[in-house]
Amino acid sequence: MLPWLLRRLGQIIPTLLILSVLIFGLQQLMPGDPALILAGEERGDPQVLAQIRAELFLDRPLPEQYLHWITRAVQGDFGFSWRIREPVAKLILEKLPVTFQLAVTAFLIALAIGIPAGVLSAVRRDRPTDWLVNAVALFGISTPNFWLGIMMILLFSVQLGWLPPSGYVPLWEDPLQSLATTIMPAFVLGSGIAGVLMRHTRAAMLGALGQDYVRTARAKGLGERAVVGRHALRNALIPVVTLGTIEFGRLLAGAVLTEQIFTIPGFGKLIVDAVFNRDYPVVQGVVMATALIFTGLSLVADLLYMAVNPRLRTA
Amino acid sequence: MSATADSPARRALRRFLRHRLAVFGLIVVVLFILAALLAPWLSPADPLQTSWTAIRKPPSAAHWFGTDENGRDVLARVLYGARASMAAGVLSVSVALLIGVPIGLLAGLAGGWVDALIARIADAMLSVPFLILAIALAAFLGPALENAMLAIAITASPIFVRLARGMALDARATDWVEAARALGNPPWRLGLVHVLPNIIPPLLVQATLSIAEAIIAEASLSFLGLGQQPPAPSWGSMLNSAQRFLTQAPWLAIFPGLAIFLVVLAFNLMGDGLRDALDPRGERR
Repeated sequence: MLPWLLRRLGQIIPTLLILSVLIFGLQQLMPGDPALILAGEERGDPQVLAQIRAELFLDRPLPEQYLHWITRAVQGDFGFSWRIREPVAKLILEKLPVTFQLAVTAFLIALAIGIPAGVLSAVRRDRPTDWLVNAVALFGISTPNFWLGIMMILLFSVQLGWLPPSGYVPLWEDPLQSLATTIMPAFVLGSGIAGVLMRHTRAAMLGALGQDYVRTARAKGLGERAVVGRHALRNALIPVVTLGTIEFGRLLAGAVLTEQIFTIPGFGKLIVDAVFNRDYPVVQGVVMATALIFTGLSLVADLLYMAVNPRLRTA
Repeated sequence: MSATADSPARRALRRFLRHRLAVFGLIVVVLFILAALLAPWLSPADPLQTSWTAIRKPPSAAHWFGTDENGRDVLARVLYGARASMAAGVLSVSVALLIGVPIGLLAGLAGGWVDALIARIADAMLSVPFLILAIALAAFLGPALENAMLAIAITASPIFVRLARGMALDARATDWVEAARALGNPPWRLGLVHVLPNIIPPLLVQATLSIAEAIIAEASLSFLGLGQQPPAPSWGSMLNSAQRFLTQAPWLAIFPGLAIFLVVLAFNLMGDGLRDALDPRGERR
């Protein structure tokens, strides 16, 4: 186990370092001089420009700029937001819980729809139920998040007036109102993942239902419920759980547009606002943080896979 | 029929054509490509022509999809918008293939530190979700459709690097590539003549699915204001302005979104069909 973990970390760390070089390099694509943007009204004053360049290390050679940036980044310091003069790390940590609540709700919705639907379509393979479930999953995967969001606002907020069209209330302030503001964006975010989970579950269930242990279970006279639920599903869930972990990471990307549409002040809105304010340190910080979370989740997925599948532990 | 009647390509084509949903996808894709190419002839109006007398009119005989907040014909804008979407989908993925495949083949065939470095760079790019990387790239390049397409192309390329590299590694271990190498063929020739033809099927499947992803990405970037700039039409930017008039003019949000949905669905159906048709084992994952 430990050697495996060390080997994995040996792959992850260089990967993240290379990513940090790429993200740092993005700055070079930027049209114009960052010092000019930051100086604002004082852009005519060479002294101010020189001071800004010195503070941000912009007057040093590129490799030195990078070393300065990365040594701080590994300590969790992604620099300051140019716009609001606050540490980027602080902004990210403030926004993350909001997106996390949204993502967890979305994921629960996806699980609640995707897994039963996948089991159902596997059990009724090649019958109308299977086709219907597959069609719905394909629709879920093909519908762009933001359009589904707009359509749901149109139906549930504009036409029916059941749910608020936008905004966010923290869970601990008013749980009911929080749920009301989260449920629609969470459904939008979860629908695509539900489709993917359904497909994974279906494939895994079809595999499991063809196994000898299922035949044995049937042969010893177990009811179909017990065969499907206790024998096939438990084994089929192993790959689904690990794939699900990676899908959870993708929710972060989906949150960018969903938060924009429902005006939820989360992680996704942070990057969009930063892009429009040309607040590049925030953009870099968010991308780096996303990569960290994503990589962390795939490590968790592998660990989970080993935890539920003892045969892999010695490998 | 000639001797080629039962070539693998023919057999795959037959399997694909038997896949009714995939054929439906293909037809929809062809229709949208025609819409994009023939927009000036098909369009009932100029997509940029504003009109004071026709602001936010619901769908009617004169304007099938209604008019927008500046009195522009929505059908015309949806038709012209197909240009931005199809260009972003097809061109970006073509560029991604042109970047990704040679680099992947090089990595797989060269081995050693070249391979290690390329594989790590691809991993690094794949460790950031597609849309977030595309947004970051587009942000630094500046808002314009060409920049959004470039950002999408770069973001889409590592998946092709990984695919081509994997296939090249597999191929390198086979006897026929070993034999070709022993005969003194240089690596580029091995890649071009002996590996590339064999990896076309999985590349084709991935490219189709990537086009669907690229179209969503273009719409998303334009929705955020990072892609097609107004007044030029794009489905994403149309949805963005539609959001402000949801109560008064819901048709503004319905038609561009429906167009994105249909195109993406069609490419996904085609991709699924191609995967089933080209996979000799015929099993879906």
